[in-house]
Amino acid sequence: MNDTESASYALPPQPRFTVPAVEVLSAEKTYPNGTQALLPVDLSIAEGEFVTLLGPSGCGKSTLLKMVAGMLEPTDGRLLVWRKPVAQIDESGRRMAFVFQSPTLMPWASVRTNVRLPLDLAGVPRKEAEERVAEALELVGLDKFASALPRALSGGMQMRVSIARGLVTQPDLLLMDEPFGALDEITRHKLDAELLDLWRKKKLTVIFVTHSIHEAVFLSSRVVMMAARPGRVVEQFRIDEPYPRSADFMVSPQFSRYAKTLQDSLLRASSAHDEVQA
Amino acid sequence: MSALAPTTAAGTPPMTAPTTPSRTRATSSQAAPKQPARTPLLQQPRVQRVIYPLLVGVVLIALWQGLVTAMELPPYLVPSPYLMMQTLVTDWVPLGMALLVTLKITVLSFVVATIAGVLISFLFVQSKLIETALFPYAVLLQVTPIVAVAPLIIIWVKNPTAAMVVCAALVALFPIISNTTLGLRSIEPDLQSYFKLNRATRWQQLVRLRIPSALPYFFGGLRISSGLALIGAVVAEFVAGTGGSGAGLAYQILQAGFQLNIPRMFAALLLISLTGVALFVLMAWLTKLALGSWHASELSQD
Repeated sequence: MNDTESASYALPPQPRFTVPAVEVLSAEKTYPNGTQALLPVDLSIAEGEFVTLLGPSGCGKSTLLKMVAGMLEPTDGRLLVWRKPVAQIDESGRRMAFVFQSPTLMPWASVRTNVRLPLDLAGVPRKEAEERVAEALELVGLDKFASALPRALSGGMQMRVSIARGLVTQPDLLLMDEPFGALDEITRHKLDAELLDLWRKKKLTVIFVTHSIHEAVFLSSRVVMMAARPGRVVEQFRIDEPYPRSADFMVSPQFSRYAKTLQDSLLRASSAHDEVQA
Repeated sequence: MSALAPTTAAGTPPMTAPTTPSRTRATSSQAAPKQPARTPLLQQPRVQRVIYPLLVGVVLIALWQGLVTAMELPPYLVPSPYLMMQTLVTDWVPLGMALLVTLKITVLSFVVATIAGVLISFLFVQSKLIETALFPYAVLLQVTPIVAVAPLIIIWVKNPTAAMVVCAALVALFPIISNTTLGLRSIEPDLQSYFKLNRATRWQQLVRLRIPSALPYFFGGLRISSGLALIGAVVAEFVAGTGGSGAGLAYQILQAGFQLNIPRMFAALLLISLTGVALFVLMAWLTKLALGSWHASELSQD
């Protein structure tokens, strides 16, 4: 059965002799106008984990992800990737990639140029870059569309281009901010399965933000449950189902049990808030 | 669509992309008529865009000719279109030379305005402080009527041609500054975050992100400025009068006015109008070249 960890900031047991991929040390975010986007969070993510940040709108999950990426500065506390501050990730020899909610492609450039962008910005020689782009496109199944413009592709395909762009730098850490939220359910399921494949094939560490309980249960090895007003982490759950996870898992009784546990946690968190208000 | 047509016992029909849009599958109950593979010429938007305005033009000219003949209007008041064209042909040498001069000034001032405008926009985008400090003066450029400023410029700048170019460039400058600055700032925020995440240098951001994002706005500015450069060239010469180079179409109009040669005046006006249209068409073609494959403004169906 699933073991729930009820203490808010309990850290999962660390495998010995490995440096954690991501450490969030009491990082919080308060905006100048007083809005508390995120209360202090303590979190540790080991290499190779697939962690989901799950919660309703306003719970600070995107804020937390952006702080890990270095796109936002915490008002207090620190974030470390492989024991180095986020801004100095290059020193650790590791790489980080970010996938946004929308594909965020350059509409004037072909798929190939879009995927090649991070390599061009880093100054990778053209020949090597083209090889890596071809490889990345093959990974996401878009090798035949390398010369197409983004407008010629469906939403799901554009998202795949965005993922290819994330993978072309051969990252160790992949951060994804509700990447499949704008897609239809069928495409979403397909991409979820493909993402798990890529995660295992490339031995990535993934932090995935979503508001979908089902997506969280299907994808992750660990779910970090968050609540809103103010944004905070409330519980963490381990999903012990072994990989690879098939579509059968989604309709199995264990799945429903996990989903219910998460659902209950969510309700507890929102009702606790209501009690405090009253 | 053929995919929903009743199938044979073989089961679901293979999902093939239709090669020609209008071939229908003949079912057993009726014979499907073969439809033409292309839309008829008159229904193509490309053709419509030329034919329909041309038709309106023909109607208006016919109306004009009819009124002049019917009301027996004298040529020194309202020349008929026929007389105007006749004058254009007979006076082709002076009018043609004048056209060349006006065209030269228009093109020169347009190029100067484009280069200056783009450079100023780059400057504005580097620092919000600079933009805040200098933008009101750019606005001043737009609202000052050139007819008031031209005489001063003609006195200050010795070379008459250079004076015309300066006047016309001043008129054409503001839309380019305004539009290009707007375009350089109109970048998708997530895309900008992505560039920052990848530690892009300012130069990389400018060349790979800002400039392509700015192109639609830039071309919008070009379309406006091309016409303004022409207007500026003509107005400057009007204002210069006999103090100018005396070689452009505006001078021809002034001269024709003094001599009451109204057909010639009309002919010169026609040439100016046609030049304006030609400039606009050229800009539209350039826009399509640059944006045709990817921007909504060139791709939308209506």
